[in-house]
Amino acid sequence: MALQTLSQKSQPRAEHDLGLLRDMIRIRRFEEKCAELYSASKIRGFLHLYIGEEAVAVGAMGALGPDDNLVATYREHGHALIRGVPATSILAEMYGKQEGCSRGRGGSMHIFDAAHRFYGGNAIVGGGLPIAVGLALADKLQGRSQVTACFFGEGAVAEGEFHECMNLAALWKLPVLFCCENNLYAMGTALKRSESETDLCLKASSYEIPAWPVDGMDVTACEEAAKRAALAVRAGDGPCFLEFRTYRFRAHSMFDPQLYREKQEIEEWKKRDPIELYQNRLREQGTLSDADLKGIEDESAAEVAKAVEFAEAGTWEPIEDLTRFVYSDKTNP
Amino acid sequence: MNASAKTARMTYREAMRQAIREALQRDPRVFLMGEDVGRYGGCYAVSKGLLEEFGPERIRDTPLSESAFVGAGIGAAMGGMRPIVEIMTVNFSLLALDQIMNNAATILHMSGGQFNIPLVIRMATGAGRQVGAQHSHSLEGWYAHIPGLKILAPAVIEDARWMLWTALEDPDPVLIFEHQTLYNMEGELPAGSGPVDIEKAIVRRPGTDVSLISYGGSLHKVVQAAEQLAPMGINAEVVDLRVLRPLDNATIIESVTRTHRALIVDEGWRSGSISAEVSARIMEGAFYELDVPVGRVCTAEVPIPYAKHLEDAALPQVPVIVETVRALMGSNG
Ligand SMILES: Cc1ncc(C[n+]2csc(CCOP(=O)(O)OP(=O)(O)O)c2C)c(N)n1
Repeated sequence: MALQTLSQKSQPRAEHDLGLLRDMIRIRRFEEKCAELYSASKIRGFLHLYIGEEAVAVGAMGALGPDDNLVATYREHGHALIRGVPATSILAEMYGKQEGCSRGRGGSMHIFDAAHRFYGGNAIVGGGLPIAVGLALADKLQGRSQVTACFFGEGAVAEGEFHECMNLAALWKLPVLFCCENNLYAMGTALKRSESETDLCLKASSYEIPAWPVDGMDVTACEEAAKRAALAVRAGDGPCFLEFRTYRFRAHSMFDPQLYREKQEIEEWKKRDPIELYQNRLREQGTLSDADLKGIEDESAAEVAKAVEFAEAGTWEPIEDLTRFVYSDKTNP
Repeated sequence: MNASAKTARMTYREAMRQAIREALQRDPRVFLMGEDVGRYGGCYAVSKGLLEEFGPERIRDTPLSESAFVGAGIGAAMGGMRPIVEIMTVNFSLLALDQIMNNAATILHMSGGQFNIPLVIRMATGAGRQVGAQHSHSLEGWYAHIPGLKILAPAVIEDARWMLWTALEDPDPVLIFEHQTLYNMEGELPAGSGPVDIEKAIVRRPGTDVSLISYGGSLHKVVQAAEQLAPMGINAEVVDLRVLRPLDNATIIESVTRTHRALIVDEGWRSGSISAEVSARIMEGAFYELDVPVGRVCTAEVPIPYAKHLEDAALPQVPVIVETVRALMGSNG
């Protein structure tokens, strides 16, 4: 169905499709640069890359409007970027500069941006789920029709908070779009070694939440599923659950020697690289030309270069401001 | 306090209920959420009758999911509501500690001042009702350790009635600890009373010879002790901390500077307790004013036992306070 529409290459449709590709490439290039900057000690702390999973954030974000809320995890650069948080302020945050979106107090794992309703950046597995439930409750109580999208890894389903939140969101029919990014590993713990029941949709269904598995390497599949789910959520029927089946090509964090999985497995998944898959499809359909691709790559490179320049030029928050933002005060920006 | 002003007589419980009712009437963003706050009427009957008056949207019964509903309170606060979250007793708050400490207390700072959490969490605390160790904890001192939170311990009717107002006006998370044994306490609410400061300690009984520093449930034992000391020629001042974070240094130091002796009475365990903090602050701020070392009466370092005689022996009691003061006064006592 969707493929037919694509092949007709109506102008806005082509633009839209190229946009999806562009966004995936933007995340990929941004994070490749992050890895480089990490090796150069420009970025410190924990750095969790999203490389391989780009189709999920890009696809899902297509279902959200500017008034919708977003709650993410520590692997959230891609979500922030696609949500509209400028690459400059994300990278400056990773540098720890006061021009960063969290004024250098958050770092890679704690991207926040009020203007884009980006509610973090949470480093506790499962920690963002109750916040999403609460944001949705606030919307419902105030009669707004926003959706709160909540991203989390499959590792979170083992936490009590996941079950508490599934129950609460379903019980109160709250507008939450639960986006589980199942990349098969929680650090080194494979799903099948940590869960007695590995069918995640079944878990959500047991709370009376409609749940669908999605091919997380296929950006259009991600987008369509998210749009369908968001529509149901917006209609007031309560939460939906999507299990995006994806894979991270890189280590869990920059410290991880990946002893827990075979190289061959990674290579197999890389054959389904969401960017290459989609690029090839667009080419076959005649939507993407070499010039288009070069344009996208140049644009992404420029965006990354600008972010690096911005972060490098950033300044340090004065030490005198150390204890600002512990409590609210009138000098808050 | 104006002696001629008309006063109203009520229980601590009723004062709390009036405070919540008024908050619900005053601000449509306020709602009460917790286990059994609705149909059951609150496990200490604080919210009895409110469900009938305000309906289940605003008097919201929750499942037994401390982490989820406390976190949902955080999210709802971020989403523009003014939730009052009730946790039955402080022991259960440990299941929500992640949300309280890792989210409520940190998000303002981690987000560089972008997201404040105007949330109030109420919970019962303390021992003295023979309910065994797991229901008798006094952990407010622990919570007072955490920057980003404000910690209140209303000990008198007026504070029970009016602290909530101020707490709800506050842009940051405020935790209110209500001592279990106080709910049935009756007292006078001065007619002219209104919102109370949540930054200041208060002198409940002026005196000249020794500063008895306490808060919450222990305050009443301290007042009794002061009354018993008077005929012995010891004029004790009673300082009610009532705010455990931020601690009001000035009032403590000022009192000790006048009386030259200090005894801290705290239902928390001695090691690492709020009494240790107050003692250290006196040492830092009024060491040369002291005639004798600072004294402490705290709970014995045991989980609170069930048997009455053992429970009594574990907790600070009036005779021990009196004896300790006499010893502090030396031969003059
Ligand atoms: C409550 C909690 N326990 C442990 C950790 C340490 N930890 C960080 S990431 C991670 C794995 C989580 O995996 P998953 O939820 O699948 O997300 P992914 O990293 O795969 O995106 C763990 C165990 C944590 N951050 N929080």
